[in-house]
Amino acid sequence: MPRLRLFYRFMLRPLFREPVRTALTVFAIALGVAVVLAIDLAGNAATGSFHSSMETLSGDNDLEITASGGIPEGIVGTLVRLPYNLRISPRIEDFAVVTDTKQGLPLIGLDLVAESKSFGAGNSQAGHSRSTATEFSSRAQGEGNCGGSFLNPTAAQQPSGADGLPCLDDPSSVWVGSSLGRRRGDHLQLLINDESRDYIVRGVYPDSNGNEAAIVMDLAAAQRALSRFGRIDRILIKTPASASLEEWQQRVRAVLSSGVDVRPQGTGTEENRRMLAAFGWNLRLLSGISLVVGAFLIYNTISVSVVRRRPEIGILRALGASRVAILSAFLSEAISFGLVGTLLALPFGRLMANGAVKLMGATVNSLYVSSRPGPIELTPAAVALALFLGIGVAVASAFSPAREASLVSPVQAMARARREYETRAHKTRDVWIALLLSVGAASASRAQPVAGKPFFGYLACILLIAAAALAMPAFVALLSKLSSRWLGRRFGAEALLASRSLAASLRRTSVLVAALATAIAMMVSVGIMVGSFRETVITWMDDQLPADLYVRPAGNPSADHHPTLSLDVAAKIAKLPGVTAIDRLRAYEIRYDGLPVMLSGVDLSARRAERRAGFFSGRSPAEVFAELRDSNNVIVSEPFINKHHVSMGETITLPLSAARVDFRVVDVYYDYSSEGGEIRMDRNTLLRYLPDPAPTNLAVYVAPGIAPETVRREIFEAAADHHILIASNREIRTQAIRIFDRTFAITYALEAIAVLVAVMGIAGALLALVIDRRRELGLLRFLGAASGQIRKLILVEAGLLGLLANLAGAALGFLLSLILIFVINKQSFGWTIRFHWPVEIILGALTFVYAATVLAGIYPASIAVRLDPLKVLHEE
Amino acid sequence: MELPVLRCCTLRKAVGRQFMPILSLHNVTKDYVSDSQPVRALDGVSLEVERGEFVALVGRSGCGKSTMLNLAGTMDFPTAGDVRIDGVSTLSLKDAALTKIRREKVGFVFQSFQLFQTLSAYENIELPLLLAGVPDARETARERLEWVELDGLGDRLPHQLSGGQMQRVAIARALVHSPSLVLADEPTGNLDTTTGSVILALLKRLTRQQNTATLMATHSLEAASLADVIVSLRDGKIQESTRR
Repeated sequence: MPRLRLFYRFMLRPLFREPVRTALTVFAIALGVAVVLAIDLAGNAATGSFHSSMETLSGDNDLEITASGGIPEGIVGTLVRLPYNLRISPRIEDFAVVTDTKQGLPLIGLDLVAESKSFGAGNSQAGHSRSTATEFSSRAQGEGNCGGSFLNPTAAQQPSGADGLPCLDDPSSVWVGSSLGRRRGDHLQLLINDESRDYIVRGVYPDSNGNEAAIVMDLAAAQRALSRFGRIDRILIKTPASASLEEWQQRVRAVLSSGVDVRPQGTGTEENRRMLAAFGWNLRLLSGISLVVGAFLIYNTISVSVVRRRPEIGILRALGASRVAILSAFLSEAISFGLVGTLLALPFGRLMANGAVKLMGATVNSLYVSSRPGPIELTPAAVALALFLGIGVAVASAFSPAREASLVSPVQAMARARREYETRAHKTRDVWIALLLSVGAASASRAQPVAGKPFFGYLACILLIAAAALAMPAFVALLSKLSSRWLGRRFGAEALLASRSLAASLRRTSVLVAALATAIAMMVSVGIMVGSFRETVITWMDDQLPADLYVRPAGNPSADHHPTLSLDVAAKIAKLPGVTAIDRLRAYEIRYDGLPVMLSGVDLSARRAERRAGFFSGRSPAEVFAELRDSNNVIVSEPFINKHHVSMGETITLPLSAARVDFRVVDVYYDYSSEGGEIRMDRNTLLRYLPDPAPTNLAVYVAPGIAPETVRREIFEAAADHHILIASNREIRTQAIRIFDRTFAITYALEAIAVLVAVMGIAGALLALVIDRRRELGLLRFLGAASGQIRKLILVEAGLLGLLANLAGAALGFLLSLILIFVINKQSFGWTIRFHWPVEIILGALTFVYAATVLAGIYPASIAVRLDPLKVLHEE
Repeated sequence: MELPVLRCCTLRKAVGRQFMPILSLHNVTKDYVSDSQPVRALDGVSLEVERGEFVALVGRSGCGKSTMLNLAGTMDFPTAGDVRIDGVSTLSLKDAALTKIRREKVGFVFQSFQLFQTLSAYENIELPLLLAGVPDARETARERLEWVELDGLGDRLPHQLSGGQMQRVAIARALVHSPSLVLADEPTGNLDTTTGSVILALLKRLTRQQNTATLMATHSLEAASLADVIVSLRDGKIQESTRR
């Protein structure tokens, strides 16, 4: 108790005397921790515990069978005939759009009749498990003789057999999730691919318990609606417990064709999570920057605290306080900051996670996989992480000044009273260390990724930030020395005093500049990276989008969902008088090496060959396309070779429907449309293995002299029975850039928060400077300074801090951007980004930060103006 | 009953404003509150100081010396009575006008020198001129440094100077804008006796040479003995005034 009392008197009570400064420090920590917590929670929800939409109503099966382009239907019969008690659940998986609400939903086709018939037997065979359909059916609420209850085995009048289930045979029957707000008997118009059809809601199932709202129909009806005859998308298998899963996997594989894959259920989800790991990782690291900025500020706060209390430390030491007691006191002060900051951060971070998960979920959907984020859960582990970060960062950053305080000799402290920072700033030594760290950063940036993650790239960034922080005192001292007289002549005595004051409190100034510079560097580096990426994508689109119009089915496309156009649509468009040529592209999502990859078949028309070269070999498209025509040659995208370590000339084996086929990689092209990578082949080659001719989209070339708008109208007329979307070349670019900008919206938000933390730190630090220099400020009034000049002095000081931080931040940001573009991005995503200076964005951002820094000086300046010169001068 | 005005100078050789005392306190009272208790720091004090005069205020701690200096320097306002600097009453002036008076007419010398540690001697000296917006103040600063016999030390920072040298710089700074009135609060309080005597002699010489009035608060009778007029304060009232 006595120790606590002393701690309160000497450490906590002084903090309450400066409530604004204390609050700013606490809020800076709270914001830093909240950001990390929010990204962690949102990351877990959107990428860690996300659920693929296609896992809706998938039950608790053990194995799943998949094949690129679909599984031949006959395989179901083969499996059913096996002499094992397997529960087989074939599925069709796609998407549909509710026409009136435009809501995109998973469309699941289930063999409802078979599931219903076999439920009793399946239940006894597979023990306690629930099949896909029974999970659905046991929850579905139907009515009459065509309601959902017919699937419920507990229903008193359970029909048996298809004869008693007229609704199952009715291709217009659908069952929907309760969150859609539909009732039994409602009519529902659905857009499936490019056609809209009318359906009747036969039942509603509750979708709140882990199941996403979906449209469910019978397997046959789904095949009909999607023109997916003779194929199914996935077969789920529940195996008996009599053998291990691996054994069952081998037994099932033995009866399957080579291209068909059997694997534990949920493997696809795991693969997707793995694919999303890099995305989540980079955001988590980006969020940590706010915490780094916060660490600088805690260091500064505790340093100020130590300097102010040197005489007290001396007295306490003389009265018997041990070094450990002094060290503990200052560390406890930091822990108090960290603890209060973290407690504030918990609700704040949870709130911020709501916004973050929306942004991250949108990015995951548009770039990776159709999914819905998991729930945001503030788990004990997340709370522990926040506490560990908040308190850990506070203690780590306070350790150096706290140790310094503990080493103060009583006599020295009492005799010399307050000592300025510069005596302890080891400029030259620190510059040498900074140089060594820079060399280390350069070496780390050249190292290869570890397990696909650019750990050494991150290390290079950390080393560079540390080097910058160490070089900061020399940088500030040099610039101050070079500029102070000029500033004095140009902007008056206030500027001279402000400049000298910054140099005089070198250590404090350096830490502040380093904190703000780190936030600015992050902003500049990400700004350059995103700007370069944006410019690269725009240039790339010039090459990749040569057609005048692009046609695709209406509905919501996503990275792993490729709806198709009806064949007759393509034929009708090709015959239009204003159309000179059309390119048909068919895309599938397949698995290669355990990761999702896009496979596409393209028309190798003459028009495509006119594009500018975008190949690693430097060859023209015409040369490359000649090699692809009607052959088992493919070209692959840059992210593909980086992810799968494939090189030109190598042979890759692709699972296509029932077969495994070898293809030779003849070239690599730059591509920014898919992070998972893409494999392209001639359309004719693709059709040989996956014979569905329906295209995913069409590129339409308009005849010279005819307005694309005219052709657009003609296409709409020709495809009046279909729901299609037509985008002009310009529109499709605009859409792409809109998605691009939305993808990076969260990084901008993170940058803004880091800058906000730094600016709050500047405000707090300026407040401390005003309080510490009140005697000087009072003296200036004696020497003839007007109150406006005192205000100007503080604002100039804030401005100089902002200027120094802008200069250092811009330089550091440039170096970090090189690592981001050429190391971290390349190793994480495999994209080549051409360096580009987004000058306007950077200048705008720097100006904004500078203005914010000056504004942060307004409150401290008003405090300085209100100081009573008589009182403060006689305090000394 | 009106209290007699203590006239420090009876010789008026000039005409017009030259007849006017540079500092005039008329029946000045100053009250303030300390620890919730009302305290009367000055009680109906009247005093006039002419150019060229070196006036010492003596008395015990709390007798009102510093309060009188603060009122004279326009850093504080009287509760009652009138304070005039060069004939201008400070009561009716706003902050800008008071600042102007300090810039043009008043110079301060403090016990603890009060130099800016981050500025060189030159820069400290020229600071009042720079604050007043005077360009090219360096030449004036150089001249003032010669006045206080520190030529050659202008580029030194305060911590590179001795106590006496620092106080010389402070005096040079107080005189840089050629003020009519120098207010010195215990200027030798932080110095040893020998150095203190040298500083006082310097202050007195410059007061004469520059025809500036100096009002000095001091505890030291030895220091006060150098003044032309010694004003003794006791409990906020002028107890005695001695012309030497």
